[in-house]
Formats: sequence, structure tokens, C-alpha cells
Amino acid sequence: MTTQELESGRQVTALRRKDLLGIEDLSSEEITLILDTAEAMKEIGSRPIKKVPALRGKTVVNLFFEPSTRTRTSFEIAEKRLSADTLNIAIASSSVVKGETLVDTALTLEAMSPDMIVLRHQSSGACHLLSRICKSAIINAGDGTHEHPTQALLDAFTIRERKKRLAGLKVAIVGDLLHSRVLRSNLHLLTKMGAETWVCAPPTLVPQEMRRFGVVVTSVVEDAVRDADVVMLLRIQLERMEGAYFSSLREYATVFGMTEERLKLAKPDVMIMHPGPMNRGVEISSEVADGPYSVILDQVANGVAVRMAVLYLLAGGAEHEEAA
Amino acid sequence: MKKLLKGGRLIDPANGLDGDYDLLIDGDRVAAVGRDLPADGATVVTIPAGYLVCPGFIDMHVHLREPGQEHKETVATGTASAVAGGFTAVACMPNTTPVNDNANVTGLILAKAAAAGLARVYPIGAVSKGSAGSLLADIAELRQAGCVAITDDGHPVATAILMRRALEYASMFDMPVIEHCEDPTLKGDGVAHEGFHASRLGLRGIPGACEALGVERGVLLSELTGSAFHVAHMSARQSLRAVRKGKEAGVRVTCEVAPHHFTLTDESLGTPVPYDTNTKMNPPLREAADRDAMIEGLRDGSIDVIATDHAPHHLDEKRVEFDRAPFGIVGLETAVPLALDRLVHAGVVTLPRLVELMSVNPARILRVPGGSLKAGAVADVTIVAPDLGVNVEAAKLRSRSKNTPFDGWRLRGGVAGTIVGGRTVYVNETAPITNL
Repeated sequence: MTTQELESGRQVTALRRKDLLGIEDLSSEEITLILDTAEAMKEIGSRPIKKVPALRGKTVVNLFFEPSTRTRTSFEIAEKRLSADTLNIAIASSSVVKGETLVDTALTLEAMSPDMIVLRHQSSGACHLLSRICKSAIINAGDGTHEHPTQALLDAFTIRERKKRLAGLKVAIVGDLLHSRVLRSNLHLLTKMGAETWVCAPPTLVPQEMRRFGVVVTSVVEDAVRDADVVMLLRIQLERMEGAYFSSLREYATVFGMTEERLKLAKPDVMIMHPGPMNRGVEISSEVADGPYSVILDQVANGVAVRMAVLYLLAGGAEHEEAA
Repeated sequence: MKKLLKGGRLIDPANGLDGDYDLLIDGDRVAAVGRDLPADGATVVTIPAGYLVCPGFIDMHVHLREPGQEHKETVATGTASAVAGGFTAVACMPNTTPVNDNANVTGLILAKAAAAGLARVYPIGAVSKGSAGSLLADIAELRQAGCVAITDDGHPVATAILMRRALEYASMFDMPVIEHCEDPTLKGDGVAHEGFHASRLGLRGIPGACEALGVERGVLLSELTGSAFHVAHMSARQSLRAVRKGKEAGVRVTCEVAPHHFTLTDESLGTPVPYDTNTKMNPPLREAADRDAMIEGLRDGSIDVIATDHAPHHLDEKRVEFDRAPFGIVGLETAVPLALDRLVHAGVVTLPRLVELMSVNPARILRVPGGSLKAGAVADVTIVAPDLGVNVEAAKLRSRSKNTPFDGWRLRGGVAGTIVGGRTVYVNETAPITNL
């Protein structure tokens, strides 16, 4: 795809699906299409006038039932760069606090004919529920502990940008695996794209039957990090201590925290990633987070391009279906 | 008023009968069973060849929701559903609003059942006041009012000491304690079986050990007290192991399994409809090894009863996020087709064994009439069409609620008619029987 085609607003290619509910449903070809498209989108972000008319006249609703700064902002910027009309609905300002169900909220929005709904929700499967009742395209911006597909896509984009490939790389994911939607999306994406994926956590924070995802599971962080091309840290939440998942943040940091010392085991050109928000001094030391291997801010920057690609391709998909 | 059921195959395992016998009903009782009985003024009901005449099926685990939750089900709609499913009697759980922990609630349920005039209803009383898990309910009063067992179903009995007292106390009325086996701390806020599919879908897990801990506790306390203990809706292979161990040791433990637990697995959480709240029940749909263990338990006789755990919920309650939906599915109208299709036609159990599971054993465990077609027994009869093609259509269920994961399923085997106390209360129009 060329930027000329983008400028003209002409749809050159599309995801042949209504929604983006998760990475699990995507083929490796679709993932590659999104990542390739995101490269063109990234170029738009570097211009003095960061706007193309691709989604002119389209209405996109950002429906967020959980507090989110980076994901919501990233989507909103992506939508604006594509000239979509955007609307943000956050839980505190919605009628949900008055006892309205998710289905009724969705149907109410749907009656105003948005083209897309970007949904962040605390319940796994909330996007699937919406997708069954809405004609609008549903984009999953994180559902419970299920998936966060655009995060995995931007992670893949960031890795590919540096390493020029995903296949054959050793990627170690360390942190709260049990409660992480980022983990699940990344597992699907990395295994589909042929990366060698290791996951590492105390056994209390490892979901059941993790091996069936095609990954190596360990509680020895050194094994996970050794010769890794990419080390991705996941947030450890303080409230997990109450569920007796681990004893203290200090102990977690001692056993699993990513330090410069541990990082020496990885490949010399290792990339350090974190989906944010970080707990400095817990899962990641500040030296590592701010160090030369960190691409954490690149991830944020690339999030906009990847989300532009997803929005653009899904919009094209809808038109494609109608034309067919 | 006499009725003579002629033809078909009469299966009455309690009396060792299986063959071409006629059944003569006089009023509300069985008058005679025998070959080539004379009509002698009775209305002759010709049962088609291949159909089965069985002692009425008894579902010992249903939620009729009345009083207090009539938007989900009433005694009238629930018993209409029961007879359409071939059940001549149901035992209903006490987790109504208010809880059935006193004679007033029991009396109300029985009055509603009498007014409906469909299936027999046997209320099950609460173990503890308000099922709150601290004070024993008025169990003698419940017994006198018509309760046949006690349970705090929906939740496990809160503590081991309360379970012990309940077993001891209920034994003076010869009532079993029925237990929803679960360790509440291990369940936590789980919503699905802890396994690969819950991991994949990001659903909080409930391990099989959670149920088995409750079974182990009950078996040990049943042994301690010598009282009858019945495991409700068993789902986990570890639970079955505990039941078998108890039975081998001579403990008075019995157990039931629900059709969804011998039919479905946790794979249904993701397919065909991802996060379908009609695949959410407690105990949850478990993995294939558990489902297969339930089938093996039915085959080898370790499992005593098939009971539905019929749990109606309004569409509005189920049309929500998976983790916010209530647990449970309706089961009365799909149980017989599923049992025939998945167990009998699959060669897991014989038809006489199925009659034991659905009629003889529940009658024996609850000590209620039925389970037999001997002369003098109540004339409760289920007529089964074992090869009838059945299309499950949720919208057409008699139950007030339609929360079934089996919508659209095509099954082999169904119910042709239901007789309660000599009265025909259900005729399947797709399998009509003259004069029934």
C-alpha cells in the first residue's frame, strides 16, 4: 500500500472481518497485513500535517468501562489522524452507573449508527457479546483477562521494526500471567508468527495448561531471559498480594524483577518491553526501564500507527462486504 | 376410570420386569401388570411397538423458583416443563425467596403444585435458617409439612460442624442431606472450570478439587454419623473417586449427575458461541476427562441418579457479560433425549439401567412413592419413544425460562406421554398415542 492510496481515501485492501475481537481469530497473513499497513500509517505521524481522509464521515465510539489513559488516548489520536468523528464514553459519565446493562448501552449507541465501537471492559468476552448484537465493527481495546489485541500488534510491530522479523526470535514474557490480557494476545500472536515464546512467573500466577499454548513455562527467570531477543515485562499489581499469589513486592522484585544484572544473560541486542503502566522497582528496575535496551516509549508511539491500521483495515472490510 | 396400556415394552427394574406386559391403571393406582390383560371395561391405550412403559421419572434436583422469583419460573410452569420432559415428580430446592426453611413456604409450594395438577412436587427444605449456615432450620417442622430432604443448595453447608449436626438431626426423620459440594475459598469468584479453555478465554477458574473437597467432607461425616448423604450435581472425576471410595467402605453416600455434565465439556465455553452464558453453571462444565468419568460412573453403577439441576434464569439475567451472569441452565425438557441419545444409544447404559437412574433410585433415596409399577403403586408412568427424532427448540420449552445450551440440537429419543396418578398430563403431539 502506498501513502498516495491512503491520501485518496481509496480502500486498497481490507480485513475480511467485521470485528477485531482477539488475535486468536487472526491468521498470520492478517497479522502481517496489519503490521505492513501500520508502517504506512507511521509515516503519516511524522508529517507536519498528521491527517488523512481515510475515515472521513465515519463515526467511532470509544466505549471505556475501565480507566485507561494510554490505550484510549492512542485510539483517539489514531481515529483523528484518519479523520474519523470520535466520541469518548467513559464509565463514570455513562448511564451504566444508573444500572443500565452493557447490552442496552450498546443498543442505545447502535441506534445512532456509529461505524465502529472501540470497547474496553472489565469482563472477558464483553466484546463478543457486543459483536453479536451490534452492526458496528467492534474493536477490542482489552476485555477482562482475555485479550488486548492491539497491544500485541503494537508489540509485534515494535519488535519487527528492530529485528526485521518475528520468526525464530526468543521472546520471554515475565510477570503476572494469570491476570494479563496482554499475555494472551501476545501468546497467540507470537506463536502464530513463529517466535519461540517463554513465559515466566511464580506458579501462583501461571494460568492452567499454559503449555497447550505452545510456549515454554518456567519459574526460573534466568532461564527465561537467557539468550532472549526480547524481554517483555508484565505489571505486578499490589492487590494480588491479598490473594496470596506472592508474599511481597520486595520478594517479587528479588526473585523476578528485571535488573541490569539479569539482563546480561540475554542477547546483547535484547529489547525490553512493557505494556505499561510500570511499577518501577518491582517487575522492572528504573535502570532497565530507562536504559538503552528499552523500547517502552517506542511501543507507545507505535500504538497509534497500529491502531490506525486496524481502524483503516476494518473500515475497508465493512465496505468490501457491502460491495460484495 | 380404568386405563389399559397395551403393547410397547414395559420396563420395571424394581420388580424385575422387562418385556411385553400390559399395565392396568385403576384410578390413581396400578391395578395389574401382566401379559395380555383383558380390557374389562378399561379404556385401551395402544402403545406403539418399540415404545417403553416405565415407572414415572423423578427429577430430584430442580429449582422451581417459587416463591419470590416468579419471573424465572413458577411451580405451574416448572411442573409443565417437568411433565413435558417425562418427569412425573420433581424435588425442588429451597433457595427461593424467602428460603424454604419453614412450613409456610413448604405449604405454599405444595398448594401451588396441587393447583397446577401436573407433576408431583416434593419440596426439599433448608439445612440452616435462611440457608445462612449458622442455625439449624426447623427440620421436624419441614418434614411434617412435606419436605423429603434437606440441603443448602446453591451453597455448601457452611461448616463441617453444621453438616455433622444436620446429618445427625435429619437421620431421625430418615431424610438424606443433599449437598452442593464446594469449598468456597477454592471457588473464590470463579466462573468456569479451571483448565485450558478458561485460561484461553480469560475466565476465572474453579478446579475439580473444589467440589471433591466437599464430597470428601460429606463422605467422612456420613461415615461418622451413619446418616445418608447425597452428592448433588457431581461433575468432577475427583468427586466420583471419593464417592466410590465411600461406597466401598460402606458409607451411606449416593450421588447424581446432570445431563450437561455427561454431555458437554468446557470446550463449549468457546464454541459454537464464545462466552455463551448458557454454558455457565455451577459446578461448571468440566474437561473431557471429567465428562468421560461421569459416563464411566453411569456405566459401572457408581452413579445412582440422573438429575437435571433445572435452573431457570430470565433472558435479561443471562444476556450480560459472562462473569456477571447467574449460574445454571434449564434441564427438565432435554434430560430424557440427552440420556437416550448420549447414554442408551451410545451403549453406555441399558434401558432398564436408565429407568433405575431416573426413577427407581431417586424414589429410593428420597423415600417417595414411585419407581415401581407393582399393583398398588402410584400410577405414575413415563412413556418413552426411544427412537423419536427430537429437535430442541429453546423458544418452545414449557419452562418460563429458555436458558439452554442445547437449542438447535437434534437428538434421538424422547418422551411420548406422561401419566401422573392415573391422569394423562402430557402427550407429545409428534408421537401421538391413541386414547392416552
